[in-house]
Amino acid sequence: MEPLVVLLPLFGAMLAVPTGRSFGPRAAELTTTILMAIAAIWSWLIFFDVAGNHVSETRTLFTWFGSGSFQASWAMKIDMLSAVMLVVINSVSTLVHAYSIGYMHDDPHRPRFFAYLSLFTFAMLCLVTADNFMQLFFGWEGVGLASYLLIGFWFKKPSANAAAMKAFVVNRVGDFGFALGIMGIFWIFRSVEFDTVFSLIANNSEVVPFGMEQGGAIQTLKLTFFGAEVHALTAIAVLLFIGAMGKSAQFLLHTWLPDAMEGPTPVSALIHAATMVTAGVFLVCRCSVIFEYAPSATAMVTLVGATTAFFAATVALFQNDIKKIIAYSTCSQLGYMFFAAGVGAYGAAMFHLFTHAFFKALLFLGAGAVIHGMHHEQDIKKMGGVRHMMPMTHLLMVIGTIAITGVGVPFMTLFGAPLGTAGFISKDIVIESAFEAAGEGAPFAMYAFVMGLIAAVFTAFYSWRLIFLTFWGKSRASEEVRKHFHAPSNWMMIPLIPLAVGALLAGIVFYGNFVGPNADKFWNGALYDAHETVETHASDSQSASHDTQDHAEAKTGDGDNHAAIESHEATDSHGATENHEVAGDHGVEGGHHVPSWVILAPFFAMLIGSLTAAAHYLRGSDPLRPGFMVEDGMIYGFLKNKWYFDEIYDFIFVQPAKKIGRFLWKIGDGKIIDGLGPNGIAGLVALGAKRIVRIQTGYMYHYAFVMLIGIALFMSIVLLSRGGN
Amino acid sequence: MTETLADAPWLSLLTFAPLLGAIFIIFQRMMARRDEAGQIEANELVQVENRSKWIALGFTLITFVISIFVFFGFDSSVAGYQYVEKAGWLGNGINYKMGVDGISILFVLLTTFIMPICIIASWDSIKNRVADYMIAFLVLETLMLGVFCALDLVLFYLFFEASLIPMFLIIGIWGGANRIYAAFKFFLYTLLGSVLMLIAILWMYSQVGTTDIPTLQQYTFSSGAQTWLWLAFFASFAVKMPMWPVHTWLPDAHVEAPTAGSVVLAAILLKMGGYGFLRFSLPMFPIASVDFAPLVYALSIVAIIYTSLVALAQEDMKKLIAYSSVAHMGFVTLGIFSGTKQGIEGALFQMLSHGFISGALFLCVGVVYDRIHTREIKAYGGLVHRMPIYAVLFLFFTMGNVGLPGTSGFIGEFLSMAGVFRVNSWVAFFAAFGVILSAAYALRLYREVIFGELVKENLMSIKDVDQRELVLLSVLAAFALYLGVNPTVALDIFSAPVDFLIANYNTANSIIGGGL
Repeated sequence: MEPLVVLLPLFGAMLAVPTGRSFGPRAAELTTTILMAIAAIWSWLIFFDVAGNHVSETRTLFTWFGSGSFQASWAMKIDMLSAVMLVVINSVSTLVHAYSIGYMHDDPHRPRFFAYLSLFTFAMLCLVTADNFMQLFFGWEGVGLASYLLIGFWFKKPSANAAAMKAFVVNRVGDFGFALGIMGIFWIFRSVEFDTVFSLIANNSEVVPFGMEQGGAIQTLKLTFFGAEVHALTAIAVLLFIGAMGKSAQFLLHTWLPDAMEGPTPVSALIHAATMVTAGVFLVCRCSVIFEYAPSATAMVTLVGATTAFFAATVALFQNDIKKIIAYSTCSQLGYMFFAAGVGAYGAAMFHLFTHAFFKALLFLGAGAVIHGMHHEQDIKKMGGVRHMMPMTHLLMVIGTIAITGVGVPFMTLFGAPLGTAGFISKDIVIESAFEAAGEGAPFAMYAFVMGLIAAVFTAFYSWRLIFLTFWGKSRASEEVRKHFHAPSNWMMIPLIPLAVGALLAGIVFYGNFVGPNADKFWNGALYDAHETVETHASDSQSASHDTQDHAEAKTGDGDNHAAIESHEATDSHGATENHEVAGDHGVEGGHHVPSWVILAPFFAMLIGSLTAAAHYLRGSDPLRPGFMVEDGMIYGFLKNKWYFDEIYDFIFVQPAKKIGRFLWKIGDGKIIDGLGPNGIAGLVALGAKRIVRIQTGYMYHYAFVMLIGIALFMSIVLLSRGGN
Repeated sequence: MTETLADAPWLSLLTFAPLLGAIFIIFQRMMARRDEAGQIEANELVQVENRSKWIALGFTLITFVISIFVFFGFDSSVAGYQYVEKAGWLGNGINYKMGVDGISILFVLLTTFIMPICIIASWDSIKNRVADYMIAFLVLETLMLGVFCALDLVLFYLFFEASLIPMFLIIGIWGGANRIYAAFKFFLYTLLGSVLMLIAILWMYSQVGTTDIPTLQQYTFSSGAQTWLWLAFFASFAVKMPMWPVHTWLPDAHVEAPTAGSVVLAAILLKMGGYGFLRFSLPMFPIASVDFAPLVYALSIVAIIYTSLVALAQEDMKKLIAYSSVAHMGFVTLGIFSGTKQGIEGALFQMLSHGFISGALFLCVGVVYDRIHTREIKAYGGLVHRMPIYAVLFLFFTMGNVGLPGTSGFIGEFLSMAGVFRVNSWVAFFAAFGVILSAAYALRLYREVIFGELVKENLMSIKDVDQRELVLLSVLAAFALYLGVNPTVALDIFSAPVDFLIANYNTANSIIGGGL
């Protein structure tokens, strides 16, 4: 029965358009929304079942790939990691479905819209419940398709079509790496199934890649990839991460995400904030066992994540389009998740993913309500004073903002969890893990810590800037817009409430499980390798001291023999989780792993950003104008134009590809190949052509005759040669 | 009863059933009433043409049914040839011998499946010389089935070469404005390629004394001889594939051919090259295949990247799809010459899948060409407003073309790349660029034709797909989807003969000291 959780949205997608045709758009909307709601409730049941009973199981439906050892099934893997993703996806999707009933109420193509939303949800569920790389890739590309369709939903707009195509193609650049990574995995492990691959790595088993006489222990195996001898797991991890960069819009492959805002706003909330873009983070967490043994790759993850967190925040400061601000903010928050994963704090990464889904969906849907009310105006410079017209939306947006900026009370606990909004708790843990990892010598961890803090200042600034410019001050909207302003319907307001509750409380409620004292039991091996977790469970009571011992041993030991490395690595990842436990449960275990100033730092970053924004915007001045910092507007232009990435990519990739294509066609095919080849004997062709003009007048018999002559010629050659024999 | 049924010459029946249909058409036309000048009367001509269509459809369907029977009697756990028929022909080791294995049976099915679709697709769009057109298609079907069933090299060659002629005529008579040039280019290229193959066949015959394919597959040629024989066969198959740089006939042929001609060309005729590599090059010349694999890799990579870039620049819908075909065939040659299970199965699957998907894409172009009479991309735009169903179908096949998982296009592309990655990761690296580029050119085509505002005057009243078109495209879409979700139905049939092929290939190479 569980596979229905995945399949219900697919049924919804298939039913939407026919239902809409037969019974009207409202029927299509309700059908898809109700199916989604059932799936959502079901997934919460699964979530509590898995969290409570620590079960993890895989249901196999039928074989998909079966070519020699290349085996992959359609399956549903339920463990804590996929259960978390299930509730995030299905809950946000249900709320977005309901919201869209209000938001899209005057669109003639509503059933199609709901079909796409449900199709997206189905693909995303396939992605997270995969038990092999192929199904994961299926979901991966499937969400890409849904994203393409939804960005381009208003297909009359050329900009929407361009954005849809850009999203697909840029994602394909990431998939290029991802696909090669999967092929590499198959080459080395002779399997693309998670269980096989992950347990081979966790046990440091001997693997013999295809075509090789002998292999070696996988954790230290070096292989020739693309002509260079490299550490096999590092190469694999880097390739997989390139895929993650594309899907999660990380630095260098981020350019599609802001453009994706061309799609209807509910889409931006569901796909381009809460779920699809987090698939990259999920991938890294799912493959945590690979990344754990690939230190250079995790260094890259940290570096890219931290850079994105900073870069996107700088750009978000200077945008005036309400959706683009939130889009860059998403990009930046994804950067946080990645550097958390990069420093080995997978629990923290997943926690931030989880809480981010609530407040980012809330912000997007709130922005959607504003855009809807303002007749599709998205420029916050043309808004102002909106809170008088939409007090409820204002309140909800402020809740989202205090969550994303990280408002909370440092050092205070409530039920053993820090006291604060969801963003406060999860973001602080991410930043602290970076600091902690830096202490342990993790590469780029200090960089991530610093970038995380700077980005936190910017986050607070641009988030409040958005609130102040949109909702406060005097209205700058045109008379026309103000006169025809319409308030959001209940369909649009009610779904925001659970999100607001989540944005406020999800941190406190789930802290203990995701990163706090119960994290080990909660994740039940989903974030590390299964083998080690079983051991941990066996010695649950003494795990803490045992682990510490191991740790010490590994550090004093040579580090060369692989058993030591294995236990060292294992405790590292466990250690990371336990440290949060300590950070939260102040004083219980004694040893503070991070100094108090580190715990306070994100809080002050939030304060600085928020107060600076308030100081400027409440007075009605905007410091982010062309004369920002330097008179000639260089810095303003640079940031306003998003570091000129689009222009640079157009110059070095898009235009040359078009020109080369044309050149190869006209010169390569036309002049060189045809010129030397068939047209070289053009005289012959022309001669034949003249004779064959009659082709248009004759009958089939004539050609049959030609054919007969050909056959006769052939026969004579055969017979002649036989005669010679 | 069953004994006699099994012994019946099923493959010959299958192969020559369409030819019988052609004879029927000729016969019923000879019966037609004529005026004094010996011309068929006008209203009688309409009847003759109508009957021709129905006869053609009937016989292609009968052939399809026979092929289904053959398929059900086929044992996919066996690697060897089944339904083998043998009759004396030219004597001295040259026999009429037919048979199918797990590799060829699926090509037989593909052929018998695509042909009724071609006939139905041409139902209204062919206006002149309908009877001749139907005859050409029926003869072509017989010859193509012969290629896939022949187990004698001379017989194979005969079918292989003869299939050129009806295709040449289809392009030359029912083609577009520049059809004569295209037809000749097609003819010259393929003919010149096969002259070398003929010489090779004659030499092999003189050496072994038989042209029996199973015997030749077990025969070990000296490695020197293999080199030359491999090159000679390569010349012919590479043109058929087509591989870079002998691909330039394909875009012209596609552009000028009538819709159904393009469908047959893409869906079946191109597959003869890949089939040839698997039937002859790999089993008969295994050492040379290993030696030349780098050459094939290089040409395939160039094909994938070069033609994808060229596809980006195209202004004609059919040309764009034709160039994308060349790129897709690049994956096939990569997979075959990887010599791995995944590579070869991926290549076979890619050929099948390409049959459905590119066939359907040419049909999609045909749908709008029949209405607006141009294939220029710029002439369209915003079709989704008037043709929503068409937009959905076209999108599906576009996604198949870019190899989206869930469509059959993905399976073959990924397996063949995974197979070649095992052998050489660089090759897979470059081939994977095709994944990015295919998205770029295919989505560009879709965007410019389907999306945007509908502004062009002549498109305002364009009609969506009619029932006939809807059925054709839906059937193809269903297959592409089914094979994409459950590819094992096909993969399991290849499996035994591919294992056998690889085992022989590896043994041959390890004995003589080649090896992978």
